[in-house]
Amino acid sequence: MNARAEAFTRCGSAITTNALTKTFHGHTVLQPTHLEIASGEILVLLGPSGCGKTTLLRLIAGLEQPDGPNMIRFDGEDVSALPIEKRNVGMVFQSYALFPNMTVAENVGYGLKVKGIRRKQRESETKRLLALVGLEDYADRRITTVSGGQRQRTALARALAIKPRVLLLDEPLAALDAVLRERLRVEIGLLLREFGITAVYVTHDQAEAMAIGDRIAVMQRGRIEQIGAPKAIYHRPANDFVADFVGTMNRLEGRVSDGILAVDAEHTQARLRVGGGDRSAVVCFRPEVARLTAGPGAIRARVIATTFFGATQRLVAEVAPGRQLQLDLASSLHFAPGQIVAFDADPQAIIEFEKDA
Amino acid sequence: MGLRWTTLAGFAITALIALFLVVPVLLSVYAGLSVNYARGISAGFTLDWVRQVWSLYSDTVWRSLIVALMTLALTLLIGVPGAYALVRRGGRFARIVEELVTLPVAIPGLALALALILAYGGFGAFRQSTLFVVVGHVLFTLPFMMRAVIAILETIDWRTLDEGAASLGSPAWLRFFDVILPNVRPGIVAGALTVVTLSIGEFNLTWMLHTPMTKTLPVGLADAYASMRLEVASAYTLVFLIMVIPLLIGLQLAADLTEKRTKS
Amino acid sequence: MRSRSFDVLLILPAAIFTLAFLILPLARLTVEAGTGPSGFAGFFAILTEARYRNSLLVTLALSIVTTLATLALATIAAQTLAHRKFPGRGLLLSLMTFPLAFPGVVVGFMIILFGGRLGLVNSLSMAAFGTRAIFAYSLFGLFLGYVYFSVPRVLLTLLAAAEKLDPSLVEAARSLGAGPLAIQRDVVLPALFPAMYTGGALCFATAMGAFGTAFTLATSIDVVPMLIYTEFTLATNAGMAASISIALGAITWAALALARSRAMRDTKGG
Ligand SMILES: Nc1ncnc2c1ncn2[C@@H]1O[C@H](COP(=O)(O)OP(=O)(O)OP(=O)(O)O)[C@@H](O)[C@H]1O
Ligand SMILES: [Mg+2]
Repeated sequence: MNARAEAFTRCGSAITTNALTKTFHGHTVLQPTHLEIASGEILVLLGPSGCGKTTLLRLIAGLEQPDGPNMIRFDGEDVSALPIEKRNVGMVFQSYALFPNMTVAENVGYGLKVKGIRRKQRESETKRLLALVGLEDYADRRITTVSGGQRQRTALARALAIKPRVLLLDEPLAALDAVLRERLRVEIGLLLREFGITAVYVTHDQAEAMAIGDRIAVMQRGRIEQIGAPKAIYHRPANDFVADFVGTMNRLEGRVSDGILAVDAEHTQARLRVGGGDRSAVVCFRPEVARLTAGPGAIRARVIATTFFGATQRLVAEVAPGRQLQLDLASSLHFAPGQIVAFDADPQAIIEFEKDA
Repeated sequence: MGLRWTTLAGFAITALIALFLVVPVLLSVYAGLSVNYARGISAGFTLDWVRQVWSLYSDTVWRSLIVALMTLALTLLIGVPGAYALVRRGGRFARIVEELVTLPVAIPGLALALALILAYGGFGAFRQSTLFVVVGHVLFTLPFMMRAVIAILETIDWRTLDEGAASLGSPAWLRFFDVILPNVRPGIVAGALTVVTLSIGEFNLTWMLHTPMTKTLPVGLADAYASMRLEVASAYTLVFLIMVIPLLIGLQLAADLTEKRTKS
Repeated sequence: MRSRSFDVLLILPAAIFTLAFLILPLARLTVEAGTGPSGFAGFFAILTEARYRNSLLVTLALSIVTTLATLALATIAAQTLAHRKFPGRGLLLSLMTFPLAFPGVVVGFMIILFGGRLGLVNSLSMAAFGTRAIFAYSLFGLFLGYVYFSVPRVLLTLLAAAEKLDPSLVEAARSLGAGPLAIQRDVVLPALFPAMYTGGALCFATAMGAFGTAFTLATSIDVVPMLIYTEFTLATNAGMAASISIALGAITWAALALARSRAMRDTKGG
């Protein structure tokens, strides 16, 4: 553990939710959810707008009342009945919720003041936190006079100052521009690990989720579709929805015989070696696992467009009219629209879903 | 491009309105300082009328100030938490309550005063006290305080501020003092200035509610207009103007400040 | 999560005050109105008895004319002042809204200084034509007084609305060849309507309930508030005073409620 954070004890609680449910006006926004978040773990809630990420976070925070009792535990202790001010959770709001009537330092020290900690100790604690987020020179500035990134750091320092049992962050970077977002994403990830604090981090940006999370929970319509390490989510998505949400996914449907998939479509003889016995299948692979090949198990497709990405280029090609695939190939190669490419995919990297799942 | 006739007509009419509003005020100031209004400037100027007004009516000035301050204290105590409660609660219930609380704006002061007298006229000590006048003034000014505070609450994200403070362990009443009140201060200031201005100028209710022992400035003014010579009435009006002008300037400054703040 | 008990604590002072000093007295007023010599028929006395009915009609007519005149003047002034910068604009605006703080009695006195025996108009008229011009104590003087205290309020409301009107709309209409009257009809007035309803209703309600001005001018015409006052203090007919008060309160409240719903519909429906 880094010396900077030594002064802060490990304070992360494990979080357990037990069939946690939330209904607004007869409309179930969060389906019964079982979650086990380990002490010190960073869990990212990822999903499209309106899927219930914020609701789940606010339930853990104590800002919303769950439908039933006994649904949320911190280290085994039932906290469902505690309002947020008694739960000792640190919260970073999307809009930061910084108090405009206070300076940067006063914001950071507010939680300590509420706890009745003496001024001397409060000030040194505040100073240490400000140093940690690189804001020591801005301590006495009004919150309205500092930049977006500085506000973000103030909000983070303020939430950490109370030594919370868990830290909850609701899209903390959404209000920032792309460059700053990428930089702070790395900083926050490092800081959270340094503190060893349990954190729940909400975002709808999959790159951010991958960069920060120990585990990612992908949500849709009030339900957690899959929960797992970023790599598992990316390479082994549990279903179509997760597969599409955490990256681009190519999809081919057809019948497999002798380990070769034959795509059901008119005007095409697209085939792909996938292995296994005879069956109907939906086969998926990510653009980057495509390999140029001339072998018999290759798909032939017509190039429609190419986009240059630097090291790679992305081809959009179709196996049949309207059936497009995306392939990432070395940018040193040259392709012209209309040209036919032949390729296959690493069988190890091919994902298969049951048909009509 | 020359000015269009419509623009010119607009300027002319606006100027006439301004003159109609301002000239009588200037005449009143002049009359209050002139030795003899009917004889004109040649008669000279004097502060005698003001002095006479002061010796006759200074108690009404002080009483008006006291009533205004008591009214202010009560509207702050009642109106600021009430406004926050209504905004927090929201929905149909809050709208009905707001409608009810702001009813005194829609009902003529005379009717309100009559209602108060009929309900509390029997309570001698209360009826005779300045507090009775204060109650009337609070009734009438409370909606203005509440509206001013509600207007500011609607422009700030009070819910997130409140939740932010709660997440740091602050209990509800402390959050109200630490983060809500400081951030609605522009509304409170504007409301307070309005309340004091209205209270000092309130006549319709006060005329019915007052007793010979609880006369306020406008009540005294009505007396003076009916029974004193024009110069004394004018001098008394001058005293009133001197009391309200700083308040009005303050109101304007407060409005400018909020405008600047919401723009930046 | 809501802390119910804290919400209740916040609203408690307002609830107690409103209950004790608004709802209870208004209930008492209603009861009083029903205990007059003619019982609850007293509610309709304002319509059935000629003296009261005349007073109501005069007050209504005066209030409506005042409202129309004020709206016309304030609309013109608001358009002249909006989107226009000139030295002294702030001062002019302050002077024009200054009378907002005047109680009705002071307004009455201003009208006396304007149109009374020693008033400005009379002295000018005497000097120029040698004829008397005294109108402060007539119905016209009352009307002027009402306009005096209405214009500042309505002007503020309309000015706020006029400032919000995008000047490029007017420029667009001009580029399409619209004349000043067409621009008023098609562009400006529609945008100002919600403010005109609100300001007009406020003006009407204030005029209906105005007491101080009539009291100072001591006109021979009894406006309804004067009627209430004389019934209560001189005739000590509390029941009648109460029933007229209720009728008057109902009229002003209805006017404001109606205007608000119309203004809301206009701003919503576009
Ligand atoms: N207080 C509330 N009352 C009623 N419905 C609500 C409330 N809060 C959230 N909802 C509904 O619950 C659903 C989930 O909302 P939530 O804010 O949790 O979504 P989210 O995943 O955070 O979305 P976003 O990415 O847009 O922030 C939405 O359909 C929303 O309309
Ligand atoms: Mg959200």
